[in-house]
Amino acid sequence: MNTDNLLARPAGLIGDLATVARRSLRSMVRDKEAVIPPLIIGAFFYVVNVGTLAKLSEGAANVSNYEAFQLPPAVIFAVTGLSRAGALVTDIQSGYFDRLLATPVRRIALLLGLMAADFTLAFVLTLPIIAVASAFGVRFTTGIAGMFAFALLCGLWGLAFTGFSYAIALKTANPAAVNSAFLIFFPFAFLTTTAVPKEAMSGWLQGVVSLNPVTYLLDGLRSVVTDGWTTQIFASMAAIAGVFALGFGMSLLALRGRVNQK
Amino acid sequence: MSDATIRAVGLKRTFGDVEAVKGVDLHVEAGQIYGFLGPNGAGKSTTVKMLSTLLSPTGGSATVAGFDVASQATDVRLRIGVALQSSALDAKQTGRELLDLQGRFYGMTKSNRAIRVKALSELIDIGDALDRPIGTYSGGMARRLDLATALIHQPTVVFLDEPTTGLDPASRASIWDEVRRLNVEQKVTVFLTTQYLEEADALADRVAIIDGGLLVAEGTPDELKRSIGSDVIIVTVTGDPQVAATIASSVPGCGPVDVHGNEITVVATNGSASIGPVAIALGAGGVVMTSMTLRQPTLDDVFLELTGARL
Repeated sequence: MNTDNLLARPAGLIGDLATVARRSLRSMVRDKEAVIPPLIIGAFFYVVNVGTLAKLSEGAANVSNYEAFQLPPAVIFAVTGLSRAGALVTDIQSGYFDRLLATPVRRIALLLGLMAADFTLAFVLTLPIIAVASAFGVRFTTGIAGMFAFALLCGLWGLAFTGFSYAIALKTANPAAVNSAFLIFFPFAFLTTTAVPKEAMSGWLQGVVSLNPVTYLLDGLRSVVTDGWTTQIFASMAAIAGVFALGFGMSLLALRGRVNQK
Repeated sequence: MSDATIRAVGLKRTFGDVEAVKGVDLHVEAGQIYGFLGPNGAGKSTTVKMLSTLLSPTGGSATVAGFDVASQATDVRLRIGVALQSSALDAKQTGRELLDLQGRFYGMTKSNRAIRVKALSELIDIGDALDRPIGTYSGGMARRLDLATALIHQPTVVFLDEPTTGLDPASRASIWDEVRRLNVEQKVTVFLTTQYLEEADALADRVAIIDGGLLVAEGTPDELKRSIGSDVIIVTVTGDPQVAATIASSVPGCGPVDVHGNEITVVATNGSASIGPVAIALGAGGVVMTSMTLRQPTLDDVFLELTGARL
């Protein structure tokens, strides 16, 4: 048998990751129906909340700049749950995932490549929502660097949350189950300082809010917009890291189960 | 390293309590087209998945291109191409993008990818469609692209799992041509599973028949056909075919008789000499015949003889 002159060789982790991410990004550009709704949700959430709650909150909850206060939750609503998990389910169901497994691709690259593309999309989606907030007069006290850090943190949060979606996709290969992953976000999104600061909440809710990592994420993001560079950004990073560790760990286990369905 | 391009010894696979493959031995020489026949659920796809490193065997062992499928999976993957059941493609990409992407997974250089994409587009005769989204392809075009995707890295062994299932006759013939060209021009060993006996007959140098997770026969198509006798007499009857079968089996020169619906298949060492006596015996026994045919045995007859069922 001929084993000489092989054209094929392992591409390595970085090469594999770049190939998976390249495919995902190309699909995202063509899959506008998966990209535009989150953008609309974020912008809609921002405009409606500012329009309906600004005066109320600035008075009762003592928020000095409600337009800036609402920017982080609007972006978090847009980027959370944004992933290629649905496309992954399609790949599994169509057999394309098996085709990839029959190549020498590093298995973890199949997950990391998708996540890299998700991070890129979440980062990019943050920018138009910042533009909407700018139209409402929001200015970053930390300048362009702060705006970049803000988008970076939002991108990382989006990335951290994708772990749950991929875990469900890999475990179930069921599109309905993947869609339901958004339900996980509800307690994260509403048991926190989305609408008003923690101080304005009733006692029991303050306790719950203190346990929610999104609270620390929002605090850090708001500080970058209105307070300057503070240590709260580290709390944000820690919250993201914690959620990432949990979600990524679950998705890795699910990937191992899928690859080793043996 | 082993002499055969594909070798399996006692290959087994269980899923919980279900034994899908119960101990398969295979020996496929380099450059052969090897047909792997069996009905749905016989263990064909499970065997292919084990040989292509997608499933671990739960017993026995197998080597492909000289490497163990369990302990040297990456070495195997570098040398095999796989086209699984139904076209496993990405509808959002163009054919060219998909081929290029596949080449990247095999660590191929940009120039090698370009050369291979050009060569494969000519092999599968896909023309301008290569730059169209795959979602717009017909079933036959998608299957041909699927085949090309399996070949991007110039594998020495290709596994094709039911490559023509669901295709119209023209598309099926086109795939057959490509498989032959691939085998002859590029010296690729082809392991082909199929439910279509005429496909194995037309393409395969050797054929194995699997039923219930076990190999029930192996050989060249001619060897297998000869193994059941020289000729086959097919009789369609009205009334009880079991009665007809009992009568036909008692005619001198006639071998085993199988019943399938209202049809009996009589294996005869000399069909032209036996067909008259069979007709007379059935008529004398009160069997009403609606047709009677004499022909050479086909793989379908072999399959019927060995498994008691038709594909």
